[in-house]
Amino acid sequence: MSSLTSSRVLAPLGAAGGLFAFALDVLRGLFRRPFQLREFLQQAWFIASVTIIPTALVAIPFGAVIALQVGGLIKQFGAQSFTGSASVLAVIQQAAPIGTALLIAGAGGSAIAADLGARKIREELDAMMVLGIDPIQRLVVPRVLACILVAVFLNGLVSVVGVSGGYVFNVILQDGTPGAYIASFTALAQLPDLYVGLLKAAVFGLLAAIVASYKGMNAGGGPKGVGDAVNESVVITFLLLFVVNFVMSTIYLQLVPPKAG
Amino acid sequence: MGVEIKIENLTKSFGKQMIWGDVSLTVPAGEISVMLGPSGTGKSVLLKTIIGLLKPDSGAVIIEGTDLASCREKELYEIRKLFGVLFQDGAMFGSMNLYDNVAFPLREHTRKSESEVREVVMEKMDLVGLLGAEDKLPGEISGGMRKRAGLARALVLDPEIVLFDEPDSGLDPVRTAFLNQLIIDLNAQIDATFLIVTHDINTARTVPDNIGLLYHRHLAMFGPREMLLSSEEPVVRQFLNAQRVGPIGMSEEKDADELAAESGQELPPLPPIPPQLEPSNGIPRRSQREPGAWCRENGVKPPPGSFEDDMTMATGA
Repeated sequence: MSSLTSSRVLAPLGAAGGLFAFALDVLRGLFRRPFQLREFLQQAWFIASVTIIPTALVAIPFGAVIALQVGGLIKQFGAQSFTGSASVLAVIQQAAPIGTALLIAGAGGSAIAADLGARKIREELDAMMVLGIDPIQRLVVPRVLACILVAVFLNGLVSVVGVSGGYVFNVILQDGTPGAYIASFTALAQLPDLYVGLLKAAVFGLLAAIVASYKGMNAGGGPKGVGDAVNESVVITFLLLFVVNFVMSTIYLQLVPPKAG
Repeated sequence: MGVEIKIENLTKSFGKQMIWGDVSLTVPAGEISVMLGPSGTGKSVLLKTIIGLLKPDSGAVIIEGTDLASCREKELYEIRKLFGVLFQDGAMFGSMNLYDNVAFPLREHTRKSESEVREVVMEKMDLVGLLGAEDKLPGEISGGMRKRAGLARALVLDPEIVLFDEPDSGLDPVRTAFLNQLIIDLNAQIDATFLIVTHDINTARTVPDNIGLLYHRHLAMFGPREMLLSSEEPVVRQFLNAQRVGPIGMSEEKDADELAAESGQELPPLPPIPPQLEPSNGIPRRSQREPGAWCRENGVKPPPGSFEDDMTMATGA
């Protein structure tokens, strides 16, 4: 009985270890030739096509909410001239990478997990291994790279759409001054804010793709197993991304001194 | 020319449940062998262990001097190039049409030009009777066609060992007969080592040179076809003749009461041994043995009526 409970307690550790080992395999695969350019381009196009429109649609209200919230707050302090800056900071550092992550994990990751899971239960992955081809190198590595690339681009998209959404709402709904909004961009925000946003997006893309691939390739037990794998991959990715976001934000705020307004 | 597969003391379990233990056998080079067993005895697991997709708990699978159970991943991928495997549902890549599926191993592993690839692919497609279906996607064709396409893909690198995972599951009797004939003809043509996993006794009785029987977590018997078909061993006899009387019950083993109730029962006589399928061009295979040769050599009297051509059990002829 004791061994049963201990194995139950240790099970999550085993799962985490499996995921980590898989991630190491993927990292090793990144440097192995030949590089699957075709698969990479196809996947990048596919992930972009399932995420671009939802991302843009999510980014507009995201930017607007931040503009409204920050705008209202900042008005009470009487620092309206900094509205633009505050909203740029919030969008570029937090909203853009998180929005990107949600879409990459929800739309891109679930598609990857479903695709690999279906291949797993149809024995396609086994067939591939038997044909002497490593599925990690052939399928997973191009997907991971595609996810990173698309995440970085989406991050840019969310930033632009979010900031312009904030501009529209600030100027039209809150009677802000258009010139002040734009002019204050650089008052508080600085270039490293943009870098850390991009870095976060890349890391989120990497994590989402690795979790989705791991879950998909280890799906088992027929069509239900694939459904479970997709579900788990989305949940795990979300949890992981928010934790990683917290850690990266903390480190960044410690390392890079805020610009003196 | 075919390569022999040497399996030594192989044991595999999932968690606490042992699938089979201490399996030792040698699949002879260039011959057709069938691995039989009731449902759920781990026949497919054995197949996947032989190709190194699953690691056994102990034991060795030795091919050309390399132990697949303990070798490095790189060696494993090298050795696997000797294999062609036909998976249960064909395992075609769903995103590619049949032509690209069959061409896939060639494009990945050889430096052949596209016209050479085309030549090989068309030859294999012709071999399995799929000419004209190259542009179809795996989702658009029937299970039998998927199986044949999977076979074409398995053969495209001229394998030394071909493994079949239930080639006859889900096929109608006519298609099964055609597929069995195809297996015999292929063996005559490429001389590779064939290992077929199935529970179709008709296939097992007429196709192979050797038969093995997995039962109750161990290998009950492995040997020449005539040895098993004339065997009086209860498990072998029951399974190969599809009888209810014997040690195999509905769920795994029968218990002592059930066996005791059967103890007085007269066993039905062994049915005659059907003749082995022959290549359709009439030229004998390299590993083919004369009907009844094993029985004569070992002084076993085959059941009356054996090796006659007009038997009802025989198919494909």
